[in-house]
Amino acid sequence: MREARVIPLDRSRRSPAAEAPDGPPVAPTPLRKDPAPTPPTGLRQAFEFARRRLTGEYQVDRFGFDPELTEALLLPPLRALYRRWFRVRVTGAENIPAEGGALVVSNHSGTLPLDALMTAVAVRDNRDRYLRMLGADLVFQVPLLGALARKSGQTLACNPDAEHLLRSGELVGVWPEGFKGIGKPFSARYKLQRFGRGGFVSAALRTGAPIVPCSIVGAEEIYPKIADLKPLARLLGLPYFPVTPFFPLLGPLGAIPLPSKWHIHFGEPIPTDTYEPRAEDDPMLVFTLTDQVRETIQQTLYKLLDQRTNPFFD
Amino acid sequence: MTPRVVLVTGVGGYLGGHLAARLAANPAVHRVLGVDTVPPHPGVREAVRELARVEFVRADIRNPLIAKVITEAEVDTVVHAALTANPPGPTRRSAVKELNVLGAMQLLAACQRAPSVRALVVKSTAAVYGAGARHPAVLTEDTPPHGIAANGYAKDAVEVEDYVRGFARRRPDVAVTVLRLANLIGPDVDTVLTRYFALPVVPTVLGYDARIQLLHSADALAVLERAATRTAPGVFNAGADGVLMLSQAIRRAGRLAFPVPRAAIPTAGRFLRGARLVDFSEDHLRYLNHGRVLDTTRLRAEFGFTPRWTTRQAFDDYVHGSGLRPVISPGLIGGLERGLVGTR
Repeated sequence: MREARVIPLDRSRRSPAAEAPDGPPVAPTPLRKDPAPTPPTGLRQAFEFARRRLTGEYQVDRFGFDPELTEALLLPPLRALYRRWFRVRVTGAENIPAEGGALVVSNHSGTLPLDALMTAVAVRDNRDRYLRMLGADLVFQVPLLGALARKSGQTLACNPDAEHLLRSGELVGVWPEGFKGIGKPFSARYKLQRFGRGGFVSAALRTGAPIVPCSIVGAEEIYPKIADLKPLARLLGLPYFPVTPFFPLLGPLGAIPLPSKWHIHFGEPIPTDTYEPRAEDDPMLVFTLTDQVRETIQQTLYKLLDQRTNPFFD
Repeated sequence: MTPRVVLVTGVGGYLGGHLAARLAANPAVHRVLGVDTVPPHPGVREAVRELARVEFVRADIRNPLIAKVITEAEVDTVVHAALTANPPGPTRRSAVKELNVLGAMQLLAACQRAPSVRALVVKSTAAVYGAGARHPAVLTEDTPPHGIAANGYAKDAVEVEDYVRGFARRRPDVAVTVLRLANLIGPDVDTVLTRYFALPVVPTVLGYDARIQLLHSADALAVLERAATRTAPGVFNAGADGVLMLSQAIRRAGRLAFPVPRAAIPTAGRFLRGARLVDFSEDHLRYLNHGRVLDTTRLRAEFGFTPRWTTRQAFDDYVHGSGLRPVISPGLIGGLERGLVGTR
């Protein structure tokens, strides 16, 4: 009777001499698939990340943008929402310049600015660029939200900041309708509101950055705002207090956005560097350009809505 | 224009004192007069006493004597470095305001009467911009002040700058340079911020993370010296390259952040003031909430000065140079990481 042979667990260290007598040995059936002797690189990376964060070994830009944090912690949950919940379809991403300053101008809707966040993911995943969004001052007054907004690369919607970012070659996102757009009633869905005072156009003109019109379909349906509790909004210092079919009726459950199917389309860039210098001082030109951008977005919205069959399914 | 006779105010402070000593070491400069109500800064006392390079005038700039000194010595360049948040002498707020604002007014009045004065350099502060949620992220020299506490150091600086503008209008022949310095940091300066980061547990405002831009004390001195020795009229922001987040700075210093809700800050501030540790003024609190970053394009292009230290380097120099013992050391975290990952 032959002696029982010890089969080393580690196959690589098995000596060829030991297996020579009776041909190629039969490998033991592994109990688990893929046993991991060393920690996976993901874990190592996580620890490395944690160490860098804890010792302050990371870079932020002048606006407080922290790419590492954005990439590691802020984008993944948004990406899940983008892919699984809203199943965003993106067209015309090639219209976003691959480099250099450009201004993405978009319609605003949905009671909460999820459309802005989804556009940021769309830009990041389709063009490998960060969208530096311009937010309302309310965002930066709220604790935590303001800090997160800065860290994810957003800044206050004001001309100095917009021009500064455009000059340094960043892709800037702006929602000129502001609260008028995002807080409009469901009955006014996909009807563009007034485009501010055209501040974004003068910023683009001053820096010569092209304007990329962006139309978002689907965000209107996430929180259909059917009423506005104005006294409560005043009390809380908010621009509006929305009532949707589920909020505040179902409490926190009502705050879950409806899973509408989204389509984000980036239109052809409108050049602004073809005008003579100091063109931004001509209010008529600024108005005309503002209207042109607004009309482009509105027409694209109608076209996309025409193609859409059901707001919630493909 | 190379100055022949320079008068430096605020030599009791770090910048004023060192600037006077540096100018005295410059062979082109004939005489350096240092003025303050308190003895010169400890770091330069040697230079004043033994080398006798700096003539120290112990006087209050609110005293009419200052006008006499300027006229008799035929001062051609006046450097006003006395504007300060925490003066070495009095600490009562009303007294500080008096010193800052009325002192500057008296000094400017004296300069206006003195025909010999050709250049005026005013050390101001970035605090004149205020801080808040409605501020642009990057402030240029043209950004108007906004959100400043009604009574505080920043307000003093704004008022002083107003008087300086008035002086520049009345004496167009004098080259007036106003330098708005970002928060100073360095191993041997003592500011609100250096004391703040020296606390083992650093109170921060819950839910806010300020962007901070610093200026190494060596760079601040260099920029003041350049302003005093070369004529470059105008208003200039002076701050180092790059930005640190407040939380990041606290981590780099190995400190523990202690987030306090905004509403509880006054109580915490009183406690810290009472314990004579750190002064939390309203302006400083707003700064810790929102931070402040200056655009320094004009400093580089027009003034011709590029800070040698970045914000990060300046901060690290402060941490190492002032011998801060980290509460949480990077070695500990590194060791923990190696232990958990099992790398050898």
